[in-house]
Amino acid sequence: MFTRNLTIICAMGALTGALAGPALAQDDARTVAALPETLEETGERAPAQVPQSSAETVGDIAPTDNAYGVGQPASEAEIAAIDIDVMPDGRGLPEGSGTYAEGEGLYEEVCAACHGSDLMGVSELGAPQLIGGRDTLASDKPVKTVESYWPYASTLFDYTHRAMPMTEPGSLTADQVYAISAYILGQAGITGTEPDTVLDAASMAKVEMPNADGFVADPRPDVGE
Amino acid sequence: MSETEQFPATLYGPAERHMAESLIEIERQALAENDEDCDCKDGMFTGLTRRGLLMGGVALGGSALAGSRAQAEAPPGAIEYDVQPDPTKEQGRFILDDGGYGSRSQFENEVRWRYPTASLDSSWSMTPLASGQGIMTPSGLHFERHHAGIPTIDPRTHELILHGMVDQPMRFTVDDLKRLPAVSKIHFIECSGNGLTEWAKPTLKTVQGTHGLTSTSEWTGVRLSTLLEMAGVQDTAAWILAEGADAAVMTRSVPIDKAMDDAIVAYAQNGEALRPEQGYPLRLLLPGYEGNTHIKWLRRLDVSDKPFMTREETSKYTDLMPDGTARQFSLEMEAKSVITFPSGAMKLPRAGFYEVTGIAWSGRGTITRVEVSTDGGATWQEAALDGPVLPKCHTRFRLPWTWTGEEAVLQSRTVDETGYVQPTLEQLVEVRGLKSVYHLNAIQSWHIAPDGEVTNVHA
Repeated sequence: MFTRNLTIICAMGALTGALAGPALAQDDARTVAALPETLEETGERAPAQVPQSSAETVGDIAPTDNAYGVGQPASEAEIAAIDIDVMPDGRGLPEGSGTYAEGEGLYEEVCAACHGSDLMGVSELGAPQLIGGRDTLASDKPVKTVESYWPYASTLFDYTHRAMPMTEPGSLTADQVYAISAYILGQAGITGTEPDTVLDAASMAKVEMPNADGFVADPRPDVGE
Repeated sequence: MSETEQFPATLYGPAERHMAESLIEIERQALAENDEDCDCKDGMFTGLTRRGLLMGGVALGGSALAGSRAQAEAPPGAIEYDVQPDPTKEQGRFILDDGGYGSRSQFENEVRWRYPTASLDSSWSMTPLASGQGIMTPSGLHFERHHAGIPTIDPRTHELILHGMVDQPMRFTVDDLKRLPAVSKIHFIECSGNGLTEWAKPTLKTVQGTHGLTSTSEWTGVRLSTLLEMAGVQDTAAWILAEGADAAVMTRSVPIDKAMDDAIVAYAQNGEALRPEQGYPLRLLLPGYEGNTHIKWLRRLDVSDKPFMTREETSKYTDLMPDGTARQFSLEMEAKSVITFPSGAMKLPRAGFYEVTGIAWSGRGTITRVEVSTDGGATWQEAALDGPVLPKCHTRFRLPWTWTGEEAVLQSRTVDETGYVQPTLEQLVEVRGLKSVYHLNAIQSWHIAPDGEVTNVHA
């Protein structure tokens, strides 16, 4: 009923050309678009505001300093705050390390609910199988996993770090991701399964994945005259 | 306050005052009648109703009706109004009755259809191509694919950082980008998984199911080359990582040549801001490239000498060949066409005239020719191309056809400006086998039975 009463109040407000009560007034904390303002005299809707260049507010770039004087330099700290990508040669891998044993515990805690304690995935959840499937890629039933398909270990670190676990993406520390990677790669038979097998930036970049040579450049057009 | 005082004669004419007062009375009656069930109805269109009332202003009370008129039965995007027995005998509803944004007719019901994946978090919805007209896809019907839900991002705090192998790393607010020289281009986006259910056998029944992961919009934004030139790309740069601000922090590597050629950092679609599911407030547009590379909710561009080999470009969007190797960075969408009318699950009521129509597109350029066969590929006739015919864009084709009432198989085959001819499924399977998942651009066949039933077949 509250909403309906509000509706009536608003209706009357609108009808008389006045804004609704102070409870609906605009303020800085709005998380929706501001209501369009009305121009005096004609009552027209105020047009879109001219976008303001952030360079003008900060004063870092004079309008003649680059092609348009729009935008501003990104500082190293600003870049570092979101620069999370990792490349196959190890560029971007953060400091830190984790062991197979630590990863085993963490996996059970944060990964197993979706990917299964056996790392074989839970298809009803859309969570893929992580290990197995070697030598199936040319068969009628190819099984694509980290073990059988992924060409670079850096991708495992990168994706886990940026997007996992699904319920709390981006919550794992670099140490935790190294540990979970050590466990998954160990279970995949790619790195060791000794509890103190450790992964860090240097060792991660050296991991050789079974299907590293399994990718070719796009040869299309491959059909069609 | 009396109703007359609300509408002073200095501002409103007698007819307007009479209508407004009548509407208030109608609204009062409607509220009284709906007292019991209005709690449940209130929730349905609260945003619309409140916006309508608050912004109504000069709408003179017409918007006051929106609350009571909004019914759950109306299709998404529509408001159910009472149908007038004779619209020539009474006034229609008022301007801005829907709040000032507009809504579609309550008699139109096309919606996107979600492909039934295991998880609601990661799924895709498909454009209803069978009801499409011309080449543009309404923004609300543009297919969507996302990997970790649709983020809600405040454009006032969203920024795009451009760094890596550049002379001057740059940071842009959304407003900054809107200050820069802009372009508007009409392009399709197609998911490379479009049709993935159809490799081995006909699976889905409608053209929405078989081909609905392609849509066309007018995209407006800044050329990526403008931003790269501002930052100063270094000579050894070869790739750019594009990264989104969603929960998957989606990434793809893009060749620098493509970035400098026709890539757009888009903030608008079809004349208004991007829809949230299309990447609001910023998305990358890579004309002709597979949809997955058009990173939505774009927050970062990292220039590099090598591709980044992200999860999407190693484990997901790679095409497995029969020998066990996989094609990587198969980025361009090859020429493809499909007949949208008549198409699967329709029924032609009787023999007679029909205009066969559909769309053709190529990620490598402009469509130059579409041929239609009504006999399963034995003979072909050239279809007319409806203008505009634009590069990397849906192109509408049409062919008049009189159905004799006998069994028929309709197919379309397109050719693009590179001379590439859309292949048959057999040709594709012969080279790629059945496990490559992506880039199925084969000729589609629709079977017409003597009773008019249209079905998806491999022919």
